[in-house]
Amino acid sequence: MSPRALLVLSLVAGSLPAQVSYDRLLHASQEPRNWLTYSGSYMSQRYSALSQITPGNVKTLEQKWVFQVESLQKLEATPLAVDGILYVTQPPNDVIAIDARTGRAFWIYQYRPAPGSTPCCGSVNRGLAILGDTLFLATLDARLIAIDAKSGKPLWNTKVADYNAGYTMTLAPLVVKDKVLVGVAGGEYGIRGFVAAYDAKSGKEAWRFYTIPGPGEPGHDTWPADDSWAHGGAPIWVTGSFDPELNLTYWGIGNPGPDWNPAQRKGANLYADSAVALDADTGKLKWYFQFSPNDPYDYDSVQIPVLADATWGGRMRKLLLWANRNGFFYALDRTNGQFLSGHPFVKVNWASGLDDSGKPVATPQPPEAPVYPGVQGGTNWYSPSYSPRTGLFYVSAWEDYATLFAPEENEYQAGRRFMGGRPLSPIPRSPVPSIRGFPINTATEAAGHGAVLALDIVTGQRKWKFEMTDVTDSGILTTASDLLFTGGREGYFQALDARTGALLWKASVGGQVSAAPITYEVDGKQYVAIAAGHALFVYGLRE
Amino acid sequence: MFSRVLGTALLCAPLAAQQHAGHFSQADVERGARLYGAHCQFCHGVGGDTVPNVDLRGGRFRHAASDEDLGRVIAAGIPGTAMPPHKFDEAELTGIVAYIRSMRDVNVGAVMTGDAGRGQRVFEGAGGCAGCHRVGARGSRFGPDLSEIGAVRSADLLEKSLLDPTASMLPINRSVRAVTRDGKAITGRRLNEDTYSVQLMDAGDHLVSLNKADLREYAVLKTSAMPSYKDKLSAAELADVLAYLLTLKGVN
Repeated sequence: MSPRALLVLSLVAGSLPAQVSYDRLLHASQEPRNWLTYSGSYMSQRYSALSQITPGNVKTLEQKWVFQVESLQKLEATPLAVDGILYVTQPPNDVIAIDARTGRAFWIYQYRPAPGSTPCCGSVNRGLAILGDTLFLATLDARLIAIDAKSGKPLWNTKVADYNAGYTMTLAPLVVKDKVLVGVAGGEYGIRGFVAAYDAKSGKEAWRFYTIPGPGEPGHDTWPADDSWAHGGAPIWVTGSFDPELNLTYWGIGNPGPDWNPAQRKGANLYADSAVALDADTGKLKWYFQFSPNDPYDYDSVQIPVLADATWGGRMRKLLLWANRNGFFYALDRTNGQFLSGHPFVKVNWASGLDDSGKPVATPQPPEAPVYPGVQGGTNWYSPSYSPRTGLFYVSAWEDYATLFAPEENEYQAGRRFMGGRPLSPIPRSPVPSIRGFPINTATEAAGHGAVLALDIVTGQRKWKFEMTDVTDSGILTTASDLLFTGGREGYFQALDARTGALLWKASVGGQVSAAPITYEVDGKQYVAIAAGHALFVYGLRE
Repeated sequence: MFSRVLGTALLCAPLAAQQHAGHFSQADVERGARLYGAHCQFCHGVGGDTVPNVDLRGGRFRHAASDEDLGRVIAAGIPGTAMPPHKFDEAELTGIVAYIRSMRDVNVGAVMTGDAGRGQRVFEGAGGCAGCHRVGARGSRFGPDLSEIGAVRSADLLEKSLLDPTASMLPINRSVRAVTRDGKAITGRRLNEDTYSVQLMDAGDHLVSLNKADLREYAVLKTSAMPSYKDKLSAAELADVLAYLLTLKGVN
């Protein structure tokens, strides 16, 4: 091919971007001007190769635009950035296409979920997936909807589960090859969780993996002989990851139900509180690793499975890195699920440590004693980040935070809460941080506080800590210029030095940050976007 | 002279003040307490006050006024908010409403109360309470405002606050002491705090906001500025003050 022909080809590629093919998704990290999946790439590192914004110039970041949503529900969504357009959701289940430079909307698709749907913790949605010219939305009434990315018109709408039985969906789907993968929430309503794959063209179900084995399947005997397995929860409400070489897709499974009464579901309760590796074509289980057997504390393992290829014991290994709600940070071999290491990253007293196989050595506390970490965990669903440059794992943590647990027998009734007791404040009559923040921090330092922790992936030790007064539900983004972006409940959005944790820049966003930042580039300019409170904020360098 | 107020008696007293006097039985309240723990507490908290602008214990709701409203909201949920619909039968709904209406008054011990009129005189006079606390339009704002305290605190908890203020103090109300870079010392009651700043009420009734980066010293004191009244007031005076505090139900 002549140089001239090459030039013409590259011009065409630059000015007329192709559809978002599977090949582009596979190599998403190589086109950092876009943000093509929930976590930025199939490895889910929430790391960007963009480096125009640096520790040296980050102080000149300024707000470029704000998009206010029409809902009083907090935003938890990460936008997709596709060739100059942001695709974002607003509660309950609207999709908006926004010009990434101006913040002006091209179109809004409004879907009204059935009024009887019962999301446990707010009518939230965490975002979209894209393949070709089609966006995919998982809804609160447990449907999967394909939407034309150009016009905002629905293409197909498939029932995933019965919302009357407590099923709902809040996660951003994951596209793998020609399929759209989703998981169901409803762990507080006695569902039986599953991951399912749908044909991207037709919406037809291709496979389904139940997170609780049915009669005759391996692992079924980790549940009592009654029907508790049929409403044992184990939901999936954040997006999984994918390793194309292994053809495995990884998902974190939520808590068993009823949440706080393990006596009602004696046994390890597989695959609740586990990481699972599924064949991407068939949904068959390749391996699992259970973090918290017979969990009495609601320690969902609903965290983003972070894939990293790094040196371990002198050789390169395919790792799965996991800061778990149960307070331990794990490294697994993602080819086979082998436990490599695990260390507490916050105060933990429900277990004294992990044995050689990674199983916790349980140390149940007396009924009136606080359990660390508390019911919302040492961390939760907030997206962490791994920087291949620093080799550090970054996680939003709740430190020095505890709960008293009061288990109770709870009869299952379809569509009703199935919690098995209640969590109590360890400080009499004093508020503790819960699932939603206040403009006024009444919980204070007495009930725990938030922090961004930078963990050495081999030793699990803290390289640095950035402490906050209130707790944080914000995700984390790192970049190739060693910047770290994150928010928190206090209504700030801040940039830290990813190597030292030093505060480099902050902005007031005036509301709780419960989403994860992304970065993208348009016309050669790098932007950072974060949803906070009821608005999407976008920042860029001062010109 | 003194009336011995028991938990159950207190439970009925404020209900009588509302339009649904006699509606609820103790069994309703107990059933409601169990249901509340299992279905409501996750979002609304033990004290019913963890959802912004909703205070179940204090009777402050965004979408309901009557018991019927409350029941309707619980059953149907509130579209556009985090409040989902719930599948409860009528007896369960009644129980939850009964429990919500009684939250403010779950009393665990027997407490002596005396004469509210005499208590007010002690409060404003010998006790020196008004020097720090405000009731309605009178008194200092340095300590927590007590205008509604009888509506949100039970008798036994109020008595405990009088006898052991530090143990009863909510962490947000702690005193803070700050020294600015130019040496100015500021003390006050904490109203809010974040990573970078703190908001407080100082002794001169000023709302003060400080940037932590501008401070040379900053400390949160865990001891209450309020003295114990265990030996400062007689048992009779304490019972009178308690009776007075229980009459404070706010402007509305």
